[in-house]
Amino acid sequence: MKKRTGMEVSFAAAEAVKQCKVDLIAAYPITPQTHIVERLAEHVANGELDAQFIPVESEHSALSLCIGSQAAGARSFTCTSSQGLALMSELLYITSGLRLPLVMILVNRSLSAPLSIWNDHSDVMSVRDCGWIQLFVRNGQELYDHVFIAYKLAENPAVNMPVIINVDGFILSHVFEPLETISSHEAERYLPPYAPKFVLHPDDPVTIGAFTMPSFFTEAKKIHDESLKASYGPILQAFQSWEHISGRSYHPVEKQYTQDAETLFIIMGSLAETAGEAVKIMREQGVKTGLLTLRVWRPFPFAELRRAITGVQKLIIIDRALSPGGPGGPLAAEIRAALYNMENRPQILNYIAGLGGRDITIADYIRMHNTTSVQETGYEIYDQKGAEANA
Amino acid sequence: MPSLYAVKTLPSQEYFASGHRACPGCGEALAVRQVQKILGRNVIVASATGCMEIVSSPFPLSSWEVPWIHVAFENAAAVAAGIEKGLEILQRKGKIKKQKITVLAMAGDGGTADIGLQALSGALERRHNILFICYDNEAYMNTGVQRSSSTPFGASTTTSPAGTHQAGQLTPKKNMPAIAVAHGIPYVATASASYPLDLAAKVRKAAATRGPAYLHILSVCPSGWGIPGDATIKLGRLAVQSGVFPLYEVQNGKYKITVPVQELLPVQAYFQPQRRFRHLHPETIEQISQDIREKWQELKKRSDKTN
Repeated sequence: MKKRTGMEVSFAAAEAVKQCKVDLIAAYPITPQTHIVERLAEHVANGELDAQFIPVESEHSALSLCIGSQAAGARSFTCTSSQGLALMSELLYITSGLRLPLVMILVNRSLSAPLSIWNDHSDVMSVRDCGWIQLFVRNGQELYDHVFIAYKLAENPAVNMPVIINVDGFILSHVFEPLETISSHEAERYLPPYAPKFVLHPDDPVTIGAFTMPSFFTEAKKIHDESLKASYGPILQAFQSWEHISGRSYHPVEKQYTQDAETLFIIMGSLAETAGEAVKIMREQGVKTGLLTLRVWRPFPFAELRRAITGVQKLIIIDRALSPGGPGGPLAAEIRAALYNMENRPQILNYIAGLGGRDITIADYIRMHNTTSVQETGYEIYDQKGAEANA
Repeated sequence: MPSLYAVKTLPSQEYFASGHRACPGCGEALAVRQVQKILGRNVIVASATGCMEIVSSPFPLSSWEVPWIHVAFENAAAVAAGIEKGLEILQRKGKIKKQKITVLAMAGDGGTADIGLQALSGALERRHNILFICYDNEAYMNTGVQRSSSTPFGASTTTSPAGTHQAGQLTPKKNMPAIAVAHGIPYVATASASYPLDLAAKVRKAAATRGPAYLHILSVCPSGWGIPGDATIKLGRLAVQSGVFPLYEVQNGKYKITVPVQELLPVQAYFQPQRRFRHLHPETIEQISQDIREKWQELKKRSDKTN
């Protein structure tokens, strides 16, 4: 019998990080990331976690410290949101370029201006090409689970890549949810100690972070791209072995009500929970609609996505970030590109919704589904202020 | 006076290999070589972006005989802090063997006094057990001699040019050692590759210090300062003898001039060989000279008071 408790989602994340026995945590406070980091500070202060907790002077230094400690062979963790991620951004590219298998939880929040502490995906989309494995979770249980999965995956010698776990700020990070935890024995069985191939140590001096001339740079980038794509197999393996431990199974593209669906919503993150409810209601009314949730954003699950939308007439893609003056939302833009070579491409509606913490209710999903208007620009910024639940 | 042969007592082992791509007569490469000789094998180096990073690490080559990492421009102190804390806990948990490993962060004046100041301040304030060395060549030499906050007053650079309306750098040089001292750290010192025994003694002290130590090394730059490559050592000495760059240390807040100068040389002796000061009017030089003498007296007072 698994242990089941009620817990704030941020605390669930901290619990998992503790159970992963990280050696070092470096972080700088930013709303809404704070609860995770505060909880970890308590774990360290109370001797429940034997780790260095370094409250640094900026997010830039938080990631820099983690890069240093990870390069020295210590399992490291950091956590941020929004502006903090923006400040880290140059180092995100360097972390993955140096192939350091860090894990970061990104508590998603809008980027300024105007300043908003509330949730959307503009932060993570600003570093889309940073070369990390990027995962999205829908609820607290998934966040807890994915911390283990992320370390397992990152430290897999065949992968050796940093991982970002995206969790929606406040609407997920600050709610209480039921949580099933694993035992420390199970955690040890799933996640062996970190055993990096190259570390900074006088016994075997290595040079890390050399610069390249044009004759090598392309090769470095090509290897990076190939490695990230090749992590797809190990991602499936990490999900599978997690299922053996926890009984919960995960897939790069999660499907709900997709059988014989004519219309599919596609979404990332916790909004999938409400969208799932909306789809359930529509199904009960005989509407052939379903829901796809992308769990793995990088490496992009091209094949699985194409398989999942085969035979579907219309996709309603909900983006939580905008590319101003561009093609709409990043999720829709990438899905359009992924489907371009298919013979029977579905129609695509793209809604940019839930920016800066704006609620999207069940009624909103139903309204989006029932719209027949063609989007001349290829997207619509959905600015309804919380449609009536009974609309 | 130390013996003429005292320099022979320095370790013969090299950890910063020759064949790197520094300019002929580079004072910074020379200082790095001297520092690494003293620090020996049990060291890990975190380098900021800059001249030394570029000249020493063109993939697939490396001049580093010791473990070395380069991450970015402004964060050498933070990376070193991470290495230090990482090693500490790995040793404590028994994951690696217990031994003393010096963690060295190195940066130029830009990576220290400008873009790197925040990360450095954070690392000093948190009392990381690291040694931070600023190799100060008084401008952004790697990108083509742009002014930094460490460029001395009056010096002409590509972004503080000696024009018809203004004559070089308009602001006084930022006093980085004083900023380090203000953090209350146990050891701060200035050094010069032209005084290798003084430099060696300070590197030894800094490495033996528990807690952060800060070394500020004036690195003569023939390309940026406009001097011949064979004048590096001489310019380094002139900087000290004229009082432009006094050599001192601050141990637990106590100042001590380590290379005393009986009578300061005229600052013109130091300025005259350098292209970057050539445009200065005699009145400006007099003004600078006065300032240097005042600061020297101040330093002497501090040093006398504590000794």
